[in-house]
Amino acid sequence: MRHETIEKRLNLMMVLIVVAISIGGLVEIVPLMFSADATEPDENIVPYSALRLAGRDVYVSEGCYNCHSQMIRPFRSETERYGPYTTAGETVYDRPFQFGSKRTGPDLARVGGRYSDAWQRLHLTDPRALVPESNMPAYTWLAEKMVDPELVTTKMQALRFLGHPYSDEEIAAAAAAVTGKTEMDALIAYLQELGTNRRNRR
Amino acid sequence: MPAFWHWFITAGTVLFTIWCIWLISWSAKQGPQDIADDEVVGHKWDGDLEEWNNPAPRWWLYFYFGTIVWAIGYLVAYPGLGNWDGLLGWSQLGQYEEEMQAATDRYEPIYDRYAAMGFDELKQEPDAIKLGASLYASYCTTCHGSDARGAAGYPNLTDNDWLWGDTEAAITTTIRQGRMGVMPVLAPALGGDAGVNNMVAYVRSLSGLAEADAAAMSAQPMFVAMCSACHNADGTGNPMFGAPNLTDDIWLHGSSDDAVHTTIANGRNSVMPAHGDLLGEDRSKILAAYVSSLSQQ
Repeated sequence: MRHETIEKRLNLMMVLIVVAISIGGLVEIVPLMFSADATEPDENIVPYSALRLAGRDVYVSEGCYNCHSQMIRPFRSETERYGPYTTAGETVYDRPFQFGSKRTGPDLARVGGRYSDAWQRLHLTDPRALVPESNMPAYTWLAEKMVDPELVTTKMQALRFLGHPYSDEEIAAAAAAVTGKTEMDALIAYLQELGTNRRNRR
Repeated sequence: MPAFWHWFITAGTVLFTIWCIWLISWSAKQGPQDIADDEVVGHKWDGDLEEWNNPAPRWWLYFYFGTIVWAIGYLVAYPGLGNWDGLLGWSQLGQYEEEMQAATDRYEPIYDRYAAMGFDELKQEPDAIKLGASLYASYCTTCHGSDARGAAGYPNLTDNDWLWGDTEAAITTTIRQGRMGVMPVLAPALGGDAGVNNMVAYVRSLSGLAEADAAAMSAQPMFVAMCSACHNADGTGNPMFGAPNLTDDIWLHGSSDDAVHTTIANGRNSVMPAHGDLLGEDRSKILAAYVSSLSQQ
């Protein structure tokens, strides 16, 4: 049969394979890169402050996304528990976004303000002191590791290059804002802001 | 969606589908030079090992065409092609709103009925208490525990001791607006460690945990001067500030020497987060009734 024509010509087959697997991405992903829904921030959504930016990187480096999603889907069962469903416009300053794909722990997209700072601190140090059934690991070392002020400044400059609207004053003040802060402080600052710049919590 | 991207998506999807149909039809046909089905292709190994032209079964081919038919039906019925809304008019947001509306229709009458009931009446209503228990499980267990007995720094809700009062107004205010229980840092004001130690002894003596010896009693004037504004001169506390009663055997942050020392020397910041936005008025009331009923069992 004629499929031999393709199977015996490797170059032709490679071209056809590339076309076959890229067409889905071309029609589903590429238009989103140019869509205002996905590239323009929602109302009240602003870039992370220096300390929260540092906290976000702690979140990523500790692999929090392996067990926690930050993506509330538009189902009643989710919005009742966590708050309003997630939109693309509120994650434009997340590089990369922390949607996650698995919930061993709860979704964190709206966790800001749900618990006190002291609760978060104790919970990160010893989760079972507060939630006996919890299987979350303890992150005691975060209280000892310090945030690197120089690195935060560099990160903010890089993000500004990518289009985040940081002002010169914000970048100049960044190092001072994180000096003397532990990774625990930064992570808590990040968590306590999650979802709070949405106007409605329900 | 701008017209360009609408046509980009539509053309990409439709042309690719047509191309898939053409490719499989073309390659499944017999060409003039091709070896017929069930014939030897001409390779021979080890003297007697031959390769036969054994095509994929027909049902497999039909199944492939079936998936294309399915895709076309799907793209007609659902919004897949750019701005095309689909014949069924389905959307993710529409489905969510329908789901929310169905829940409102079902639950709102129940909430309305409970909202109209008096607080004490509500506490006697078994279904309302069950509803309150599931609200509690969703919103409160993380701090107050699944058994509502709390943890160090997070009050036990099953006893009859109330930091901020036990009335309907007090409990609903706590739930809806949250509370801030601030114990200031007192080490400098007490003159360092020795002063703190005496105060610890005095405070613990109020409930009989320590002996009211001379050292403890030496802190009494300081207690009256500095602590009585919130805790009362006799140490019985004040629900206006959420200041605990120091004469009973209930200790929010622990009753050991060390725990009381930390509380006095370094202060405490106890925060109950506001839940009014999350729960709304009716559910706050049901939850308050449940919490209130816990200490009366």
